[in-house]
Amino acid sequence: MYDGGKVVLGLALFAALCTSPMWVSAARGGGGAEAPELELPPPASGKCVRDGAWMRNSHMELLNSWRDEVVREGIRRERLADGREIERSLTQTCLGCHTDKTQFCDRCHDYVGVKPFCFDCHVDKAGG
Amino acid sequence: MKIVISLAAVLALFLLAWLGVGVLDLKTLFGTVLPYVALALFVGGVVYRVVRWAAVPVPFRIPTTCGQQRSLPWIKQSRLENPHTGLEAFLRMVLEVLCFRSLLRNTKAEVRPGGRLIQGSSKWLWAGALAFHWCFLVVLVRHLRFFIEPVPGCVQLVASLDGFLQVGVPAMTVTSLVLFGALLFLLLRRLVTAQVRYISLPADYFPLFLLLSIVATGLLLRHVVRTDLSAVKEVAMGLVTFSPATGEGAHWLFYAHLFFVSVLLAYFPFSKLMHMGGVFLSPTRNLAINNRAARHINPWDYPVKVHTYEEYEEEFREKLKTAGVPLEKE
Repeated sequence: MYDGGKVVLGLALFAALCTSPMWVSAARGGGGAEAPELELPPPASGKCVRDGAWMRNSHMELLNSWRDEVVREGIRRERLADGREIERSLTQTCLGCHTDKTQFCDRCHDYVGVKPFCFDCHVDKAGG
Repeated sequence: MKIVISLAAVLALFLLAWLGVGVLDLKTLFGTVLPYVALALFVGGVVYRVVRWAAVPVPFRIPTTCGQQRSLPWIKQSRLENPHTGLEAFLRMVLEVLCFRSLLRNTKAEVRPGGRLIQGSSKWLWAGALAFHWCFLVVLVRHLRFFIEPVPGCVQLVASLDGFLQVGVPAMTVTSLVLFGALLFLLLRRLVTAQVRYISLPADYFPLFLLLSIVATGLLLRHVVRTDLSAVKEVAMGLVTFSPATGEGAHWLFYAHLFFVSVLLAYFPFSKLMHMGGVFLSPTRNLAINNRAARHINPWDYPVKVHTYEEYEEEFREKLKTAGVPLEKE
């Protein structure tokens, strides 16, 4: 092999880069392989405004449409499929049950590296 | 035909992933076994190819004609086009690898009516390639959020800059769109330009279709299908920590995305995509042009056994003499 030193150095760098997540994970003790557990509100606080599995993947779409319709068209209330009527409010309705955002919202968001900008404006305590 | 074969191959891969996970539920195979095999093939294959290349001697420095070589002190040397020292050659390589300077020099020849041949600069390939490669890098860096826990700040910074237009939730990222557009452009270029279409092979179309499928499934997963990201990260972190997870809750389309990436990794070392490693070993780019200043000895010079004319004459002296052939030494 010609220029063996440079080639080996380059290949070692390449292999290290390709497997870097494995090294980082090993150096940090190998955690993070399990998704975080969410702290769910007590059953007494009632059902969520949508199905749980749907909310898990698509809650942002709901919140976005609420924002648009509340701010632009003033539609603040919504009748759910099961007949309940709710207020379209992140702070009052969502956080009314999920009282601590650090035990609920942040857990998944931190895990998958998502930084929503909801709380740039909204307060994160119901009743505020 | 060539394009149909490539497209059919990618569609077959997609069907395979759908059949494997959507129908037969082979999540361990598609989520754990194949990614590991693909990564091993990728790293091992690239190392093998590069070592094979490095075993070939390049005794002579090849000057390209686009710059003045170092000469007499009062003739200005073009230091980047025709480097004389290792550092200058290194700088030429940096520009080549990061900015694709060879593509920038791309020209186009055309015969105008009346038989006049004209040559002109053609920057489209360079622009498309630059857009594709850099966006691909950014997308790759953004994906590190699935492979590192906790997510590093720099990865989140890249993601937030990428999505700063804040179109929709989750935010549409600029690089994904540019990546898709650049790939489409590179594909259309092969289809529209007659000369390029003539020299295009399945090996040219297949990687483009494969990459387009990866980006398309990625965009669908982010904006349309919306799979459970925690499950996706569980699968990714399972691979990283060697504690495989099945990722309950992840959509089958995610496994199709992962399968396409696995195929890309496994296919990489055996294809033209090896230009990633090859660019570093380009003899016309990575060597200092000092042929006139330093002597480079050909490493494959071999002590050849020669039979000189004197020896030949000695051996056949009698026969030559009989035949009347004039001899050097009587």
